[in-house]
Amino acid sequence: MKADDARSYLDELVTWATAGLSAGEVLLAQLSGEDSDFVRFNHAAVRQAGNVAQRSLALDLIDGQRHAEGSVSLTGDVKTDHGRISAVLSELRAVRAALPADPHLLYSTDAGTTEHLIGGGPPQPGEAVDAVVEGAAGRDLVGIYAAGQTFRGFASSLGQRNWFSAATFNLEWSLHHHADKATKSAYAGLQWDRDVVGAKLDWSIRELEALGRTPRSLPPGGYRAYLAPAAMQEIMGMLSWGGFGLRAHRTKQTPLLRMVTEGAEFHPSVRIAEDFSGGVAPDFQSAGFSRPDSVNLVDEGRFVGHLVSPRSAQEYSVETNGAEDHEFPVAIAMAPGRLPTADVLSELGTGLYIGNLWYLNFSDRAACRTTGMTRFGTFWVEGGEIVAPIEVLRFDDTAYHLLGDRLAGLTDQTETILDSSTYEERSMESFRLPGALVEEMTFTL
Amino acid sequence: MTVIDVSLEDRLRAAMPSDADYASARHVVERASRLAVRNGVVEPSASSHDEGVMFVVWRDGGVGYGATSDLSDQGLRVAVEQAEAWAERTRGRSIVEGTPLLHSVGEYSSMVAQPFDALDVADQVGLLIDADIALAGGDDQRIVDRSASLARFDTRSILLTDGGGRVVQDIRQVFPSLRATANEGSNTQSRTYGRTAFAGQGGLEVLERHGFREASAKIAAEAVALLDAPNCPSGTMDLVLAPDQMVLQIHESIGHPLELDRILGDERNYAGTSFVTPEMFGTYQYGSDLLNVTFDPTVSGQVASYAFDDDGTPAERTHLIRDGILQQPMGGSISQARSGLAGVANSRASGWNRPPIDRMANLNVEPGDSTVDELIGGIERGVLMETNVSWSIDDSRNKFQFGTELGRLIEDGELGSIVRNPNYRGISATFWRNLSGVADDFTVMAVGNCGKGEPNQQIRAGHAAPHCRFADVEVFGGEA
Repeated sequence: MKADDARSYLDELVTWATAGLSAGEVLLAQLSGEDSDFVRFNHAAVRQAGNVAQRSLALDLIDGQRHAEGSVSLTGDVKTDHGRISAVLSELRAVRAALPADPHLLYSTDAGTTEHLIGGGPPQPGEAVDAVVEGAAGRDLVGIYAAGQTFRGFASSLGQRNWFSAATFNLEWSLHHHADKATKSAYAGLQWDRDVVGAKLDWSIRELEALGRTPRSLPPGGYRAYLAPAAMQEIMGMLSWGGFGLRAHRTKQTPLLRMVTEGAEFHPSVRIAEDFSGGVAPDFQSAGFSRPDSVNLVDEGRFVGHLVSPRSAQEYSVETNGAEDHEFPVAIAMAPGRLPTADVLSELGTGLYIGNLWYLNFSDRAACRTTGMTRFGTFWVEGGEIVAPIEVLRFDDTAYHLLGDRLAGLTDQTETILDSSTYEERSMESFRLPGALVEEMTFTL
Repeated sequence: MTVIDVSLEDRLRAAMPSDADYASARHVVERASRLAVRNGVVEPSASSHDEGVMFVVWRDGGVGYGATSDLSDQGLRVAVEQAEAWAERTRGRSIVEGTPLLHSVGEYSSMVAQPFDALDVADQVGLLIDADIALAGGDDQRIVDRSASLARFDTRSILLTDGGGRVVQDIRQVFPSLRATANEGSNTQSRTYGRTAFAGQGGLEVLERHGFREASAKIAAEAVALLDAPNCPSGTMDLVLAPDQMVLQIHESIGHPLELDRILGDERNYAGTSFVTPEMFGTYQYGSDLLNVTFDPTVSGQVASYAFDDDGTPAERTHLIRDGILQQPMGGSISQARSGLAGVANSRASGWNRPPIDRMANLNVEPGDSTVDELIGGIERGVLMETNVSWSIDDSRNKFQFGTELGRLIEDGELGSIVRNPNYRGISATFWRNLSGVADDFTVMAVGNCGKGEPNQQIRAGHAAPHCRFADVEVFGGEA
């Protein structure tokens, strides 16, 4: 079925399935789908290109506190899909009979209807190819273009219906000078403008000039550093890995454990929230609960709130705030600071301008100590001027330094970054982040 | 011949264009299920039926794909039209000219000694409840979270080509998992059942290979013991890696650098490039002469064994590093044609909705002739590290830092007390040259979550290795 028909198809399927439920049974259903073009580039030519049209239906079949979950791909053919759904429901009934009651089960019993459509204008399928192949002709460009419609729908046998769809594009590329010396950029959003992508490609080409200089090989040690928003995305990505979920806090697995046990704090200028305004995430979650506009997580450097899934709400006897079961933020936003964005090089003075970080992981999770590498667009700066690119460096430092006692300032402008992740399906997550100036960042290799 | 849905197979064949330079349809059905018990509560059971098809069309120097879960005649027709349209749009703009792909015919099925279904859902739950109880460590209040789970993946793929190719493969994989997390104040320590390393192809026998039924009590005891253990010491010393850390070391600092698509630059915007360059093959000293590495999709029970890759290239055991010298990369037929280098059958897709790219399959360090005791006996001061917990490496796959769940001090040739937060760092290009001992306890394992590619793909890779000893490694612990 076409993407535009998916909403009515979900309604039809769940209405049909509801008619076949046994007395006392409740069915929750979530449809996920996308119609996406993917074009992969290397050396400013096409490596792989194609289209993916996929729809799947996740089901939770409930009887009292007993339930079982399953998902099935949808073919679009009503007869086939009815057969598949029947088979799944039969299997779920059989599995459910072998399971005990689930004390943590919690689902929406609402019967309301919501709709959230983010209309966009992705380009015609070949237009992005033209823009890249022609705009970067003769250059060594590598990247990915992903565009099209993504959608989520929730429907329950209790009558609730929620629908979300977004038509977005995300063109992300790196432009290489030699070896691993490259700039990184992206053009993502709702309304494609060829002039904008052309201007961004031209800017990337101009950035290459600095990458041609002899790279600096810096010894391990502490360096003053500016982390651009894309680098901050990696830092926030690590904090999001258990940092804000209630379950991770109650089971002492959060990387922010010292905030809980010792009252550790970030710098007072750090304010972090889950904020759906400006994001591209659905405003409901898979058990049917709606999400508030925002959830404050860190305020004035102190931990103030958790993301709470329905299961955690039951387990720990608190209210859910619409988090998915993983309790990771999906639209994280960090408030801007006072550092003039235009002045970051002069404010940095002498040190490292870090455009991107790469492959972060915890070297001591409980202490929020993180390691990772510098990558694209990272330069040695002296006297507020870019001097040369650097050979990649490994950092190993705690967030309590980087966002705490060594944070010199956050930029006065934030950047919205639509997550380019495409594992299994195109991500609907986003980040809104400032850059950060750090008095000293520890590098070890 | 393995029987699949004949009508679907006929319809897939009929949908393929007849005038392409090469066309294929790859249909994949993956049925998965997972049961888990956490802190005495049976978590929601999860099952999935993921099914779809990808058509690929090569025509006049262009190539495109169309993938869909819509298996109606109309859905198939639209997917083929998408593939043809992208082949047309990329004509003259594609980095790949002309197809080197084969029209292979063959079949493969995982060896299954004890069918997984012999254990019904109630029995599985019972097994997991028993494991969960043991993970509580005798109701030790310091254990604050624990979980036990069993996941299975049954995957059937069929690759049809317009030249009569037909490859059918049935893969059965089992992923067991155990975890105990202990806490005191600001100190939290977790111990697992090899993280994802103890997965394999097969049925219930996968659980027996590493003692799933008996492992929980030891995991709980070690999680608690780590709370009281000192931090791993810092310094340059000998390091012994257990097989469930070797899998990660192989994966990150041999596997990824040898992927030919990285060497060709395809991954530079995402997963990265490689410090390995084409002229190194045949001469480069990758490691000490104790290092022998094979790409081996023939190991029975290993998680990524198969007879053909997802481009239909027949798979066979190949030495990539012999006596320390780099022999050849891991690249599928397309990368081989682009580079002029030899390769292996490693073009793999994470599912029907992603195109194949160069991946690891089973990548193994071959056993040596020392016992583990002999490896340790030769160490004056060092650390043995078990079970990966942290991994980070630069985009050229050179500067790495890895952490493990548990370390054991080695002093004067004897294993000593455990230490917490053990980490080590090094550089791939020199680390393997310091390989000073390879034990004979070849252990077949896995890495369950390898991410790569644009659009992104996560696959399961197999790795096997014995205990290995490395000299002069920078070792350190966590925050005080």
